[in-house]
Amino acid sequence: MTNLKVNIAGVEFKNPVITASGCFGFGREYECVYPLERLGGISLKGMTFKERLGNPPPRIAETPSGMLNSVGLQNPGVEHFLEHDMPYLAQKDTVKIANIAGSCVEDYCAIAERLSESQIDMFELNISCPNVKQGGVAFGTSCENAAHIVKEVRKYAKKPMIVKLSPNVTDIASIAQAVEAEGADAVSLINTLLGMRIDINTRRPILKNNVGGLSGPAVFPVAVRMVWQVANRVKIPVIGMGGIEKWQDAIEMMMAGANAIQIGAAMFYNPKAPIGVIDGMQQWMEQNGVEDINEIVGAVRPW
Amino acid sequence: MEYLQGSYRVQTIRPGSMCDFTIHCPDIAAVSKAGQFVHVRVPGFTLRRPISICEVDKAAGTIRILFDIRGEGTKVLANTKEGELVDVMGPLGNGFTLLDSDKTAVVVGGGIGVPPMLQTAKSYGKNATAILGFRSADKIVLTDDFEAQQNRVMLCTDDGSAGHHGVVTDLLKQRFDEGKPDIVYACGPKVMLKFVAKLCAEYGVRCQVSLEERMACGVGACLGCATPIRRDDGSVTYLHVCKDGPVFDAERVVFDD
Repeated sequence: MTNLKVNIAGVEFKNPVITASGCFGFGREYECVYPLERLGGISLKGMTFKERLGNPPPRIAETPSGMLNSVGLQNPGVEHFLEHDMPYLAQKDTVKIANIAGSCVEDYCAIAERLSESQIDMFELNISCPNVKQGGVAFGTSCENAAHIVKEVRKYAKKPMIVKLSPNVTDIASIAQAVEAEGADAVSLINTLLGMRIDINTRRPILKNNVGGLSGPAVFPVAVRMVWQVANRVKIPVIGMGGIEKWQDAIEMMMAGANAIQIGAAMFYNPKAPIGVIDGMQQWMEQNGVEDINEIVGAVRPW
Repeated sequence: MEYLQGSYRVQTIRPGSMCDFTIHCPDIAAVSKAGQFVHVRVPGFTLRRPISICEVDKAAGTIRILFDIRGEGTKVLANTKEGELVDVMGPLGNGFTLLDSDKTAVVVGGGIGVPPMLQTAKSYGKNATAILGFRSADKIVLTDDFEAQQNRVMLCTDDGSAGHHGVVTDLLKQRFDEGKPDIVYACGPKVMLKFVAKLCAEYGVRCQVSLEERMACGVGACLGCATPIRRDDGSVTYLHVCKDGPVFDAERVVFDD
């Protein structure tokens, strides 16, 4: 009997597959394709204290093996979520991770405090959104800023706290160490890489925001490298994401050092991608005599 | 929300100036309505292509979709052969509000906006007028299909090579002057929709429009396909073409942004 269970900061996941924030709404949109109970966890759409309308359209551009988005954290705000979505999610036997964002430190603290009383299982601190003018990635691109916000939010967060890191930095591992030192219980990476596309006929950027975050299979090798670098420098669990579309990618990401993985853009072309990854991992374990998925975490043998 | 996703066989491909596929998908066809769309996967591409449902045949278990080759993705899709499988999600979005068939309706389609109008006009039979605009005579599609379901067809082209030399709103005004219909449905370029909506407002005719936007998930999860929509209090918010639309009441749509 194989074990797919993983434990991140004291929270047990039935398998290491989590749907990535911003790609899965609050879960309802995919329930008709498979039961949410199959998933290890759901990282919910990034939430701010008050409603945010997001960026003007177009917000989406296709790229080779990927896509750009500049949604800009559109969400109904934390109170609306608690009233309309939390009761529904609470019935689902899967780990519920609230992805929290804001334009100032106080916003993050206020959401963490409010959600600490809810049935949310964990927080994912989004200090890496590239699509908002204030806050977001600005908190995640220097060790000082990242450490400061984690230290402050820690005072209000009464649930385990994952910090989601930006790849748009010189040394992601030093940011990971900085947030670990201030009490982060885990890190997740990578958020999207900043990119741009231009329509050569109109000479206009395709995105109204001019630039946006790149995701999809194109970013996978960058994500594997960064997860490997971070896992070698921190003791807290690492959640790996960026371009994972099939079970082989998930195993590769875990071998690089991820204790769990998230799937995002792949669900846009294959809504059942998370299920394919879970089933594929299990089969691979059976065929390869791997009894516990945790055995492969960081199992890469570097040259 | 309820939709299906899976591999379905392309049963028939009709010749014409657009790609014209009939797909055998009984479970999708059984729940599809006029104005909804399907999201079709293109091998090798990250984004699916949203394509309006042109016709639904519940008895045969098929839907018909028409699309133009606009870029690399639709070029790949156009290479699909009869009998091959395509990965389809659907039906998605909200369709048009259909009135009782004894009411009068006008459907207005511009170019690639013409196909969804066929199913929309079907139940109205003789009580529907189809105002169809194309760039030129060689781009014309579906006019015989509208006539076959008893709709009155009014045709125009940008270059005058067939029908009225002008735009759909010329014909819509002419139709209104014969007597106001109970409802107008429109799909096409946003600038066309803007003028159709304006004319309907002037004549006091109810109007629904179907919008397009660059889209990722198709089901309301990623919030990519935002479009500005006026709320009851007059303030503007971003709703999503895939889940809140693609059909919106014209008076709610912010055309100048």
